[in-house]
Amino acid sequence: MTEFTPWASAFGGALIGLSAVLLLALNGRIAGISGISSAVLPPWGGRIANGDMAWRLAFIAGLLAAPLVVQMVSGEPIEQTVSGNIGLMVVAGLVTGFGAVYGGGCTSGHGVCGMSRLSMRSILATLTFMATAFVTLFVMRHIVGV
Amino acid sequence: MKTLAGLICGLIFGVGLVISGMSNPAKVLNFLDLAGSWDPSLAFVMGGAVLVTFIGYRVVLNRATPVLSDVFHLPQKKDIDGQLLTGAAIFGAGWGLGGFCPGPAFTALPLMSTGIMAFFPALLIGMWAGRMAPGILAARA
Repeated sequence: MTEFTPWASAFGGALIGLSAVLLLALNGRIAGISGISSAVLPPWGGRIANGDMAWRLAFIAGLLAAPLVVQMVSGEPIEQTVSGNIGLMVVAGLVTGFGAVYGGGCTSGHGVCGMSRLSMRSILATLTFMATAFVTLFVMRHIVGV
Repeated sequence: MKTLAGLICGLIFGVGLVISGMSNPAKVLNFLDLAGSWDPSLAFVMGGAVLVTFIGYRVVLNRATPVLSDVFHLPQKKDIDGQLLTGAAIFGAGWGLGGFCPGPAFTALPLMSTGIMAFFPALLIGMWAGRMAPGILAARA
């Protein structure tokens, strides 16, 4: 069981939205994590020369620093339960990464930014990945029993 | 300046993921578990994020250009194609398996759990393959 946290979740969500709005206002970019992180992987093309690599790497550095900053400010360890099943997590990582980039976005790019732009592509993508996520979880937890 | 803006936006995004509980796979998986230990918190994360973004984007897009760049880089594709829906379906399956979407994988990495150390390198390989796949498939066709 995990505790229902409507206020913290809505506040955290609002921060995610603030980040997305700032990134568009300042750099003119969509805050899609799979787009940003897949673009720093090779082949790089002209990205390093035109300066579009630096802000992406800095965004990722900010993401990586965030849990450490929260821990420092709150003085408490971050609550997190991650499966220790290495095989399952490797498969999950491959599938998650492939699908997010092949489909042009994940929870942030399609879910937050795309739905906020009322993009039909993003709305359909979000409905699709929510549906397969619900089904996968149901199969794994209630039928397979992992 | 674009780099500093990137860092600040990444930090705010990451703090949002951590505070919201989205960075905890147990909370994500319980959100997906309608038939069991359902935790509706993630609907509030999505609601808060979309509400702020929906309003903020409208204000921002009234400007002719972004503050630090010459042009708004907005996705131009409009067509609903197989790649979009196949990719989304595959992504959802991975999300339901591991409980990590890409953002939370980054915020979980510094905490170095066994699961994320297995998940993260695989995520990058998957992303790379997802980027290369359209070109490879087009060359074969």
